[in-house]
Amino acid sequence: MVFLVSWVPYKSTYIGVVMPILYEFEYHKPATVKEALRLLVKYKKPAVLAGGTDLVNELKEELAHPDAVIDIKGIRVLRSISFKDNRLTIGAIATFTEMIESRVVHAKFPVIAEVAKTVGSMGVRNRATMAGNVCSAVACADSAPLLAAYEAQVVVQGTKGKRKISAAQWFKGNRRTDLKKGELVTAIEFPLPAKQHGGCFVKLGRYSGEDLAQASVLVLALPENQYRIAFGSVAPIPLRAGIIESLLNGKTLSNELIEQATGLVPEIISPITDIRASKEYRLHMCQVMLGRGVTAAVERLGGGGPAYGTSLI
Amino acid sequence: MKNRTYFKLNGHRVVLDSGPQETLLEALRNRLGVKSPKCGCDRGDCGTCTVMIDGRTCRSCLVLAVEVDGREVTTLEGLMADGELTPLQKVFLDHNSFQCGFCAPGMILSATELLQRNSVPSEEQIKQAIAGNLCRCTGYQPIIDAIKECVKNSAKTDPSLIPSPKRRRESPGRRK
Repeated sequence: MVFLVSWVPYKSTYIGVVMPILYEFEYHKPATVKEALRLLVKYKKPAVLAGGTDLVNELKEELAHPDAVIDIKGIRVLRSISFKDNRLTIGAIATFTEMIESRVVHAKFPVIAEVAKTVGSMGVRNRATMAGNVCSAVACADSAPLLAAYEAQVVVQGTKGKRKISAAQWFKGNRRTDLKKGELVTAIEFPLPAKQHGGCFVKLGRYSGEDLAQASVLVLALPENQYRIAFGSVAPIPLRAGIIESLLNGKTLSNELIEQATGLVPEIISPITDIRASKEYRLHMCQVMLGRGVTAAVERLGGGGPAYGTSLI
Repeated sequence: MKNRTYFKLNGHRVVLDSGPQETLLEALRNRLGVKSPKCGCDRGDCGTCTVMIDGRTCRSCLVLAVEVDGREVTTLEGLMADGELTPLQKVFLDHNSFQCGFCAPGMILSATELLQRNSVPSEEQIKQAIAGNLCRCTGYQPIIDAIKECVKNSAKTDPSLIPSPKRRRESPGRRK
């Protein structure tokens, strides 16, 4: 009788030892967008490196197999966060920490700072970028509902020119975006939705501190009882809650109205059960979070409410 | 392909030839003999590999060594001037804030960054700052107590506990 003993050299056998990146690639650090685009065209499977908090993990786990890694941190113009013509432009290499510390973000788009504060931990926020977050486009990306609710545009530069992709078009599925080969995301643009607006981001994690979202809700309250609502982490892509928005629009918020709105949540989202939470829990919590989020957003629009960055859950 | 990287490590100039696959953590530990950054989860969750790049903490397991070209890297070893413990390290000792000590370098660097940005943080801000540093021994309370003590002490004397490293702009990489 012959026993077949197979030995699979899983990398997990190296517990406690640095997991090396085994995949071979070239590294380039262009100084201009033009040079970056040239490199993106030159290689077959280039990967763009901004903060690296996703890409380096993917390289280690061999989920990404690039022949070249193009580090865009040398392109200084992509670092800026600026506000012009009622649009906030966040450069592709601006980190979440830079968003939290930006005055214009606090003054005009405090919800962006609120979202940024919930991303990973300080050591991650100091490197990670919003452009990287939306390019990875994982289902639990914290920036995804933000882009959906603000109707933001992803600015993409290719050798043939520039194009702006709306959030609704950008997210195609889990880890899939509208980005084409040879294109580089240079910025994300957020149009100011109204002269004044309040907002609220409620993120559910297993514990406070750094964790991926089990579910998230982003609510924007605009003047004259107009609302924008987006859910994250409960579908492959962020979901705008159109039917809840049209229910709420034009009406003064009351407890009955909030109850009606939360009753519609199951019609919009159909979360899955995975390692982080069950679908029933996600669904129930999304209703709770929507109620608290809408209330806080309206209060903040009126100048009151919990301070931005306060956890509501 | 080897890339040549020039950077400052704890005040010393370093020239490093490395393949682009090498992470900063590997380079620091295996080739430069700097052992304070530890390898815990190796995927950016646990914070034991924390180092500072231009005064900002980051996960050295998620940084390629070639990325730090032209920048200033500070590890726990670099905080101590002439072997003197920083006030923060002293209060950590006083409060017996560690059992195994594996998380210590990351904790101290994260707390150092916090105190550089905000010399009077609230308890909530302290918790947020060290949220990305996992400790499996202490239950965090002695660590939080130590940082609070340091805030209290520094309010009496000098808020700038550690000279903050100069912030440098990114320079385009030099390649061999």
